[in-house]
Amino acid sequence: MTPLIEAKELVRIYALRHGPFSRPSFVRAVEDISLSVFPGETLGIVGESGSGKSTLGRMLLGIDPAQGGEVRFEGQPMPRLGTPEWRALRAKMQLVYQDPLAALDRRQTIATQIGEPLDIHRIGPRESRAGRVEDLMAAVGLRPDQAGSYPHELSGGQRQRAVIARALAARPKLLVCDEPVSALDVSIQAQVVNMLSDLQEENGIAMIFISHDLKVVRNLADRVAVMYLGRIVEEASSDVIFQSPRHPYTKALVSSMPIPGKKLEGRVILQGEPPNPAARPSGCAFHPRCPVARDICRTSTPALRSVETGRTAACHVVADNAAIAA
Amino acid sequence: MAMTAATANLVELRNLKVAFDGVQVLHGIDLDVARGEALGLVGESGCGKSVTWLAALGLLPGKASVTGSVRLEGRELCGSPRSTLEQVRGGRIAMIFQDPSSSLNPVLSIGRQITEALAIHRGLRGEAAKTEALRLMDMVGIPDARRRFDLYTHEFSGGQCQRLMIAMALAGKPDLLIADEPTTALDATIQAQILDLLIRLQAETGMALVFISHDLGAVSQVCERVCVMYAGRIVEEGSVAQLFSSPRHPYTRGLFDAIPRIDGPRKRLIPIPGTVPNPKTLPQGCAFAPRCSRTTAFCETSPPSLLPQKDGRKLACAHPIELAVAGKAERKVPEDLLQ
Amino acid sequence: MIRFVLVRVMRAVITILAVMTFAFVVLRMSGDPAEVMLGPDVPQNVIEAFRKSWGLDQPLWIQYLAYLKSIFTGDFGVSMRDKAPALQLVLERVPATLQLTVPALILKLLIGIPAGVYAALHRQSFADRGVILLAILGFTIPSFVMGLLLVLIFSVTLGVLPSGGQETWVHGILPTLTMSVGGVGILARFSRSAMIEVMGQPYIRTASAKGLKWRDVVWGHALPNAAVPIVTIVGFMVGSLIAGAVVVESIFSWPGIGRLLIVSVSNRDLAVVQCILLIVAATMVVSNLVVDLLYGWLDPRLRSPASH
Repeated sequence: MTPLIEAKELVRIYALRHGPFSRPSFVRAVEDISLSVFPGETLGIVGESGSGKSTLGRMLLGIDPAQGGEVRFEGQPMPRLGTPEWRALRAKMQLVYQDPLAALDRRQTIATQIGEPLDIHRIGPRESRAGRVEDLMAAVGLRPDQAGSYPHELSGGQRQRAVIARALAARPKLLVCDEPVSALDVSIQAQVVNMLSDLQEENGIAMIFISHDLKVVRNLADRVAVMYLGRIVEEASSDVIFQSPRHPYTKALVSSMPIPGKKLEGRVILQGEPPNPAARPSGCAFHPRCPVARDICRTSTPALRSVETGRTAACHVVADNAAIAA
Repeated sequence: MAMTAATANLVELRNLKVAFDGVQVLHGIDLDVARGEALGLVGESGCGKSVTWLAALGLLPGKASVTGSVRLEGRELCGSPRSTLEQVRGGRIAMIFQDPSSSLNPVLSIGRQITEALAIHRGLRGEAAKTEALRLMDMVGIPDARRRFDLYTHEFSGGQCQRLMIAMALAGKPDLLIADEPTTALDATIQAQILDLLIRLQAETGMALVFISHDLGAVSQVCERVCVMYAGRIVEEGSVAQLFSSPRHPYTRGLFDAIPRIDGPRKRLIPIPGTVPNPKTLPQGCAFAPRCSRTTAFCETSPPSLLPQKDGRKLACAHPIELAVAGKAERKVPEDLLQ
Repeated sequence: MIRFVLVRVMRAVITILAVMTFAFVVLRMSGDPAEVMLGPDVPQNVIEAFRKSWGLDQPLWIQYLAYLKSIFTGDFGVSMRDKAPALQLVLERVPATLQLTVPALILKLLIGIPAGVYAALHRQSFADRGVILLAILGFTIPSFVMGLLLVLIFSVTLGVLPSGGQETWVHGILPTLTMSVGGVGILARFSRSAMIEVMGQPYIRTASAKGLKWRDVVWGHALPNAAVPIVTIVGFMVGSLIAGAVVVESIFSWPGIGRLLIVSVSNRDLAVVQCILLIVAATMVVSNLVVDLLYGWLDPRLRSPASH
């Protein structure tokens, strides 16, 4: 089966200028990332701020150009940003991000905005579009009488529902969600998470779910990739990766998640802060904070390789252990 | 533990009410903080958990009207003159906030901001103040404090800014530290560091800690006792063990069910239907009634009071979840309420 | 730092050059000095001679190059009317203008900023509403209306202040007042909004939460942050110390730069007009430069390139 979307060795470098005449410094936001998502599958991408996870999401949609590597959608190379081909493809892949208020136009009713993609991509006869908007609103759990509401008249959760309804309007095959529930309260968050997983089941949409919240990602994703400073450091099925993380960073990340009712004792607490992406450490970028770092970690960057069936990791120590076990 | 004699309490809030422009957002909070204890305040945005303590310290903007009683070791703070409050703030009760980077003044050096607190509360100036500030920075884990003494907020990361906020809060040797969502804006691994730091500092200094958070997980790591708030009221109060093993208020229970788990089998989440009520149009009876599956006609007319229970917890619910089955039973959510 | 200064100086030179070029071209396109100076009934050969003697018969670009060359040698030309060096004529008028603009600036600062800060700290109060109303009146009433209004009240009706002339300091009161009203209004508005914005910031709550006295919160924590936007406006006002008095000087027949400018423009006295514009541009540019340097002093975030 061909993947719905496939990325190969993606690289994104930002030039950071401090002033109009100073020499720019380069931030490697995304470095050598390959991944694939199959139809109907959910890939979770987790990482802390500065890990490049949002940049990666935008690159997969072609919004952020790649300096290296390529993205293929349904086996075809991604058309350039802004071309008619790219715009046509955007109907098939939609982005939902954290702040629904910023994503919506304050001066238009939500029904108008939900129907917008239908008009843009000329989907269905004009007369049937109103009915489609009604169906979409029902699907995301908005009441029909809310159709004429403006964004400020809705709660945060309802706004995010409206954004998701709009994203679904053109019947996309891929939904990229960048922290879609992070701004919502716990009780509302659960409503939206359930809704996303229902919608996906019913429509067979593939989803890339980007979040810093491991708990939400575990609940939604089939597979999870963990990012640290622009690279994927571990990837495995969602059940496996949280149950038995192998990469020391994943271990720390899973361990740092507070569990209601449990004390902090016995957790792995990493020392230090994630380094500035503009001053990436040599070798394995994680080595200054890694509790098991060796000499080799300081000099050579570990490649992401298979360490057991269904799991890849980018770590010298994990790779060695895997070799011994085999 | 919450039942000890009134005089043993460091801070006592009684019938604390707050209204903004005539809209009441806090409906009479009764709360005790004992010396050296760690108390958690949990609830979703707008439930009044931060407002409670901003009101207690007189930090709300002028348009807020605050009534009730706030006693620090028996001394009334509510309505007391500004100079009394200024001595209490930072000296007896210190507070740290959610967004550390914007909670520090961007145009004053870090050293100046810390020594300023030392000057007010401990009369330290000059070299003595600097030495003590450096000790505090060291204590909260700022590496290379001496060199970074004169740096500004934008030269520190979010996690370091929160450490600096904590150092500044500790400058007055407070008896109580109010931590208002101190880790919410931070990354997971940094969040763990700050929680660890707070626990360590509380043990070392013996100060009491009020930990305000929407994150039940973070609260249970730090606190012994927890208050759950909803729509400006405390709805359940008890030890962490009690609340987490057998929540009795349907809202407390709903909060637990709504959080996805990182361990155990993957299950569909059980959301709380509906949304938090607008404070302008609160239901007449129990504020949670419209979202509650146990609501009766009684709940819709009479707001429940927070009453002590046999097992030591306090509860504000006419039809609480029974103790015996609370641990296991799964709440049934009517799907048509989900919106 | 050296790079910073060099860049700024380069920018300043380019700005001044642009102003000079613009003035040069516009002045020469908009009327013939010979016809204006000599009047309508002068024989053609006299006009030709006048043009030749001032070099006006040359193509525009040659005139421009000659002008640039003389500027760089410190020669600002000679007035066609008075036959005196233009620079000298202009500099003679500078003190008179400063006699009005400097006291006006001090008034703006001393009234505008405190009024704005006070209004911000007492929001929605009677005083706040009063400040807003007066401020809006202040900067919406054009200075020629304001000047005439003040003359009407204090000279015509009350008869307590002179309406024109420069004999004593009393003559300066009405023009100074006229000039400062708008600036007071602008500064009050800006200081108020800057303070309101700053007082709502989390770090102000932090400063209160650590037990600082209210006065110290305002002076030590809020004002330094509110200063950045206020300095921008003040810088602009300092920049217009020379040029800001054109209208007021003509209303009150005050013999400053503004009046000289009006007279010289109407006479097409090219050298004088160009000299004034050059000086005006230079003060603007210098005050801009000072404001930029002040930013760095006021706000450490602008001092060093962002590290994180």
